[in-house]
Amino acid sequence: MKKFLAFVQKEFYHILRDKRTMLILLAMPIAMIVIFGFAISTELQNVDVGVLAPNKTSSIRQIINKINANKYFTIVKEIDNSKDIDKSMKQGDIDIAIVFNSNFNSDPKIQIVIDSSNPNLANSEMFYISSILKDYFQDANRNINLKPSIKTNTRMLYNPQMKSSYNFVPGIMGMIFILICALMTSVSIVREKERGSMEVLLVSPVKPIIIIFAKMVPYFVVSCANLLTILLLAFTLLQIPMNGSILFLCLISLIYIFLSLAFGLLVSSLVETQVAAMFASLLGLLLPVLMLSGMIFPIDNMPIILQWISNIVPAKWYISAVRKIMIEGLEFTYVLKESIILTVMSIFLIIVALKKYKNRLE
Amino acid sequence: MNNNDSINKVIKVENLTKKFGSFVAVDNISFEVGKGEIFGFLGANGAGKTTAMRMLCGLSKASSGKAKVAGFDIYKQTEEIKKRIGYMSQKFSLYEDLTVYENIRLYGGIYGIKEKDIKPRAYDLLENLNFLDKKDALVKSLPLGWKQKLAFSVAVFHKPKLVFLDEPTGGVDPKTRRQFWEQIYEAASRGITIFVTTHYMDEAEYCDRLSIMVDGKIEALDSPQNLKKQFNVNSMEDVFHTLASKAKRGD
Amino acid sequence: MEIVNTYNLVKKYGETYALDGLNLSINKGELFGLIGADGAGKTTVFRILTSLILPDSGDAKILNLDIKEDYKEIRKNIGYMPGKFSLYLDLSVYENLKFFASVFGISIEENMDIIYPIYKHLEKFKDRKAGKLSGGMKQKLALSCALIHKPKILFLDEPTTGVDPVSRKEFWEMLKMLKSQGITIIVSTPYMDEANMCDRIALMRKGKLMSINSPKNIIKDFDEVLYEIKSDNMYQLLNDIREFKKTKRAYTFGVSHHLILEKDSKDEILEYLKTRNHKNIFINRVEPNIEDCYLQIESLYE
Repeated sequence: MKKFLAFVQKEFYHILRDKRTMLILLAMPIAMIVIFGFAISTELQNVDVGVLAPNKTSSIRQIINKINANKYFTIVKEIDNSKDIDKSMKQGDIDIAIVFNSNFNSDPKIQIVIDSSNPNLANSEMFYISSILKDYFQDANRNINLKPSIKTNTRMLYNPQMKSSYNFVPGIMGMIFILICALMTSVSIVREKERGSMEVLLVSPVKPIIIIFAKMVPYFVVSCANLLTILLLAFTLLQIPMNGSILFLCLISLIYIFLSLAFGLLVSSLVETQVAAMFASLLGLLLPVLMLSGMIFPIDNMPIILQWISNIVPAKWYISAVRKIMIEGLEFTYVLKESIILTVMSIFLIIVALKKYKNRLE
Repeated sequence: MNNNDSINKVIKVENLTKKFGSFVAVDNISFEVGKGEIFGFLGANGAGKTTAMRMLCGLSKASSGKAKVAGFDIYKQTEEIKKRIGYMSQKFSLYEDLTVYENIRLYGGIYGIKEKDIKPRAYDLLENLNFLDKKDALVKSLPLGWKQKLAFSVAVFHKPKLVFLDEPTGGVDPKTRRQFWEQIYEAASRGITIFVTTHYMDEAEYCDRLSIMVDGKIEALDSPQNLKKQFNVNSMEDVFHTLASKAKRGD
Repeated sequence: MEIVNTYNLVKKYGETYALDGLNLSINKGELFGLIGADGAGKTTVFRILTSLILPDSGDAKILNLDIKEDYKEIRKNIGYMPGKFSLYLDLSVYENLKFFASVFGISIEENMDIIYPIYKHLEKFKDRKAGKLSGGMKQKLALSCALIHKPKILFLDEPTTGVDPVSRKEFWEMLKMLKSQGITIIVSTPYMDEANMCDRIALMRKGKLMSINSPKNIIKDFDEVLYEIKSDNMYQLLNDIREFKKTKRAYTFGVSHHLILEKDSKDEILEYLKTRNHKNIFINRVEPNIEDCYLQIESLYE
């Protein structure tokens, strides 16, 4: 135990004295929250709308006013003929064009043209604009008694404002812990190999398990600090409602942190240089987190093979669990599956890593 | 000193100084190196050799003093200097994953030798070294002695006036070391000036003249023979010990 | 008493033999030198003996312990300074020492007596970061760290490579002092002049032992007549003596060239050199040193 504490102390010296890295580690979650929470957003904002209406009847004017009154949309242009739609869109003047037919009063038809170079955005724009139109026609129907059409009533659960930060915060958590625990731990172990100090440690009677676990401690502490920062920022800055139990959230996060550490350890026992450790962590861990965890791309839309593969990406389970607890406010029993999968994965990884870790140089 | 003499000086250094903050790495050194001379640049670790050499190669800016290398000013004409010098260190000189010929071609290209000139000159070089049959071998497959010969030949491939050798023989066996020095002799006899650092005192004896740096200053500068006479000892080893043990810096 | 024994050690990396059937025995209390160039296999010997790697075939025993089976016991009793620098540069002198002491489960004070002669040079810098020490000081610290647990055998892999002659000399003084305390020291070096400081040396080449003996005996075994030769044009002289038909070997040797001739041809070469316009020719019989021996032995292997 005394040896273990000596190692832990040494590891803390290393990371506390490397001020730059320390700063990056502590500031990274803040930066990510800010970037993903505000800058990269799939929420609708300032959508510019152009209108093409051959006859401006009163109902058309009402519709235009209704759209203009919505905080997401602004009517910026009236367009005279359909050729100009394409032109205005290319010039970036408008994001959406609404085209009314010439005999709108007798046979109302509306065409909506959307710049879908960003498909996600186009989808939400479409969704919003059609709900505005639907709304209008429902009111109109009541007043002038047109023939009744099918009513659709959509209700957005859990994230009624469709805030993208609700989606990203669990993703950021999934990413940060992999970065810090797996990447930093593996780099710090491999650094000792590269500098030759691992040779000296191996030649000493110290058990490898002591060296390894001591390496994990500081990064574990840093990760816990990060967990705290992320949660604080999520509640205060992004105002994400904490619907579920914080205790469960922390518990599942701890499991995930431990799993990431085990991952880092495994990487470090497989590679020889810091650069290789970095690449292995980034390509082998971060990329799957970004691509296959459901953080950015919905898993249900993936080809079936990728869906299978996504099942072995721990971040998928973690992110899903965090969403369930944090956003949906579900009880722990609903994330039991995720917790069990993550725990089994951690145990498996740590066993493989310790088996792979050698008592000798090769 | 007459005009002709100053033309023949490949390196002229006057009161050159380099400071890092309050630390004076190179302290007011002055010396000259003549054409075709083998000039040994000795000193303990941390005496300022590397810093001085970097300034002369145009890699690091001097704090004060004057210096000309191959007739060009080290402050303003570093590009001209770089064209006219060769450099070889123990750590890096050849790309291990390129073939012998590819390395030569690469260096030829770096120094702006015309494509049509590279080929005949490369073949001349390979023939002189008896390397023609190894032309397409990867450098990493060559024995150390060969690599070293090749590294030196590549460093002088663009016919520089002056070649800097930074501890070229560290960790090398006695035989390879000797072969290497013979190559240096040969280059010097063709008029190439050699500026070399080493920790081997027998190699110091091979130099025409030597300077020994202690704590950033040049404490001795003469031929090996005269230095031994001056300090009244029998070997360069003893000269070095007498001087270097005066050092205060570092420890 | 023999403290290290190896039997036909073989280690291959790809197609090259790092060790090609090495047999070595080292006595207790000896200052033993492994002499050879880069690639001779010195580091591989160290790594096998310190239980860091396993040989492909062959056996080795240290302190009567098997390197394959009893590596845990071996690791308690040896100190090792690898060729690559191995201190923690971001830790202070004292922190480094304290850390390595705790690795062996001891305190610095327990074994201060053994490291003090070395550590005393470092004491006033004890709060300085290891990265800010000069080369010689770093080396002293690394040696202190390798000694802190009072090992029975100390392995030093090229401790003096790239170190200036003054620091090298100091370092060898420290080794002699440690030897007098009864520690067996096994050290490798590419510097031939350091061989004279060892009790016995092994000359290695391409994973094989060329010779193993005391420096004195190795020099005694030099069975040729050796001349030093000088003239005003040393480079031309070397080329010319090599062309002389009765020259066996000729090589540069600091101020002079060393020359081995076929029997009784000294006068003949003087005549020959005069025809080549050499002035101030000086030739004299000299005693060989280790470097001459290395070159002689190596020439037999080619």
